[in-house]
Amino acid sequence: MVCAMWVEQMSLPENRPAANPRRCTGIFQSVFSAEPHAVRNVLRAAVARFAPKISEGEAGALELLLAELLNNIVEHGYAYGQAGTISLSILCDRRGLSCSLIDDGVPLPPHCLHPPDLPDTGVATENMPEGGFGWFLIHDLARDLRYRREAGQNLLEFRLPLSAPET
Amino acid sequence: MKLSAEAIDGALVVRLGEPRLDAAIAIQFKDRMREMLAHPSPRVVLDMAAVGFLDSSGLGALVAVMKGLMPARQLELRGLSANVERVFRLTRMDSVFTISADAPRDGLRDVG
Repeated sequence: MVCAMWVEQMSLPENRPAANPRRCTGIFQSVFSAEPHAVRNVLRAAVARFAPKISEGEAGALELLLAELLNNIVEHGYAYGQAGTISLSILCDRRGLSCSLIDDGVPLPPHCLHPPDLPDTGVATENMPEGGFGWFLIHDLARDLRYRREAGQNLLEFRLPLSAPET
Repeated sequence: MKLSAEAIDGALVVRLGEPRLDAAIAIQFKDRMREMLAHPSPRVVLDMAAVGFLDSSGLGALVAVMKGLMPARQLELRGLSANVERVFRLTRMDSVFTISADAPRDGLRDVG
């Protein structure tokens, strides 16, 4: 009995979860309908899931990156109004936030996988582009962006790096 | 959509009271702004202090509003949160828009 208590006390420090308060672990998963308000809800939930473990800037980058990819699926993959679902998974570990997105929409055009130039902002205001920022932001924020078309589904995988946790 | 406007010292100050300017409301925002901008003020200030999130659709809507005003009228943005400001910076649209520092907390007396 005495020995068991001793062991328990000795092991206490190892059990403390707060050795590194910013160490990010955990999984977020959601399946939702491909429409703008469902996208809003899932963005809010995904950011809330990881916000305590990542910086404000990282949370903002996560929300923006996911929003651009999800909006693209809603607007182009399913072409607005067409019913469909999106599946989002996020795993947080030492490598950052590893994300995957699955949808049943039309195939992603191959050019989307190449980082685009920014729309030319040096032009006269009346010729200023109103679009073309989305994929620029996606490639700017995401790392290891990979795409597969499989069994009629689009699968996108990417990573959002996190800065080294403060120790 | 929460959007209100008042004329202050020659400027039309429009306040966007939405927490997000995103794909869900971008088109509606453009339409409502068009109605608001029927007011002939040469200077338009859009106060975005309530907005915590902007995506590329929202940014595109802002470009459309700016284009609708040019060349005779100017659009000025103020009250950008760090999260919103980042989108302007990443897309280098911070060099295209007139972005001013936060609105004074105790009202709009400095406008104009």
